[in-house]
Amino acid sequence: MKTGVLAVQGAFAEMSAYWRAKGADTFEIRQRRDLERDFDLLALPGGESTVQGKLLNDLGLFGPLKERIEHGLPVFAVCAGLILLADLFKLLPVTVKRNAYGRQLGSFTTVGMWDGHPGTKMTFIRAPAITSVAPNVEVLSTFNGQPTSVKWNNITAFTWHPELQLEKQNHKKY
Amino acid sequence: MDNRQELNRNLAQMLKGGVIMDVTTPEQAKIAEAAGACAVMALERIPADIRAAGGVSRMSDPAMIKGIQEAVTIPVMAKCRIGHIAEARILEAIEIDYIDESEVLSPADDTRHIDKTKFAVPFVCGARDLGEALRRIGEGATMIRTKGEPGTGDVVQAVRHMRKMQSEIRRVTSLREDELYEAAKELAAPLDLVKYVHANGKLPVVNFAAGGVATPADAALMMELGAEGVFVGSGIFKSGDPAKRAAAIVQAVTNWQDAKLLAKLSENLGPAMVGINADEIETIMEERGK
Repeated sequence: MKTGVLAVQGAFAEMSAYWRAKGADTFEIRQRRDLERDFDLLALPGGESTVQGKLLNDLGLFGPLKERIEHGLPVFAVCAGLILLADLFKLLPVTVKRNAYGRQLGSFTTVGMWDGHPGTKMTFIRAPAITSVAPNVEVLSTFNGQPTSVKWNNITAFTWHPELQLEKQNHKKY
Repeated sequence: MDNRQELNRNLAQMLKGGVIMDVTTPEQAKIAEAAGACAVMALERIPADIRAAGGVSRMSDPAMIKGIQEAVTIPVMAKCRIGHIAEARILEAIEIDYIDESEVLSPADDTRHIDKTKFAVPFVCGARDLGEALRRIGEGATMIRTKGEPGTGDVVQAVRHMRKMQSEIRRVTSLREDELYEAAKELAAPLDLVKYVHANGKLPVVNFAAGGVATPADAALMMELGAEGVFVGSGIFKSGDPAKRAAAIVQAVTNWQDAKLLAKLSENLGPAMVGINADEIETIMEERGK
């Protein structure tokens, strides 16, 4: 599988490592010519959604990516990526509240059920919250009753960071 | 490592590939956010003016910082003096997103830094070489930046620090395991962190460039040398067209490898900050805190 990782700003290196660990080939999307390559998954990393949104427009990436997602390209999005899908691309029918848990002092981890694993560690960094979802959106995980990851057609999106767990194992000793 | 430290390292990871801009008013903060800043540093005077004014430079007025926090949705950072535990507590109390324990302000303690492991809020610290970076990380810093001479518009020191840090990282990576004890002694750095660098070929936290970055080309140069993002202090709001220059630097950090795009971004930006040569100044801020 070939994964294109949006690399205009944010934790795109962590996202690439996450997909490589799953056996995918990855490449970075930094400008329009990077879209000439074939890929069968688009990964949208964490970062600052205002910056990423602006760069998507400035670099001419917004239109072509929107078209591909509309035509069914599978998307895996975390945090800022989820905000872009809901509020900028308007391709994910959920309402999102930015910085819903407050500033950095409100960032936290919790353990929950995801993909059949009850002990999944979930890291929320100045995270958004999903405050409502359209009827056909599948909710994959929740925190305090609110959805924290969702699936809608070709899109899977998280308010937390599954891609950060890899690094954490590495950091444990230090 | 406790969970808070981990979360704070994670926030720095989200800032990577971005530009953190110094701002002194809510209006400037909005201009910076609209231009694509991934965070802003709230301070009363930008480094060039601190340098010009002289005297003791302290933490900014919390009311001014709060005004900036209310103006933008991106993370807001603020500076405390090196070793000034109380200023750091005040910044934590107003829920700042990141504290810069900074040599740009007058040091409050000339030998010790703050024990940052005692705080829930994250800290970024300056470093000129690998040993200094690992000492700060040992004290709990969750992000590192170079200590390029602030307020000069002269990138030479940031280059020197980044080159030195990267070449020392390469050297540590090439050592035999039984040579790491001596390396830790030479670097005056905690052994466990030296072992991390040996195993991973990088710092355990995000590493940005700071000091003297004034143009898109400066930003691209620092990315080329291994920075994971840049701080721009006086370079933006001391220039002729701050919004345009800020947006150009943001794009330069994303596409630092594309010289054609950099050429376009560098066109018609108006006057850059005038700048002073780093070797013509009297106050050497990079010497503060080691």
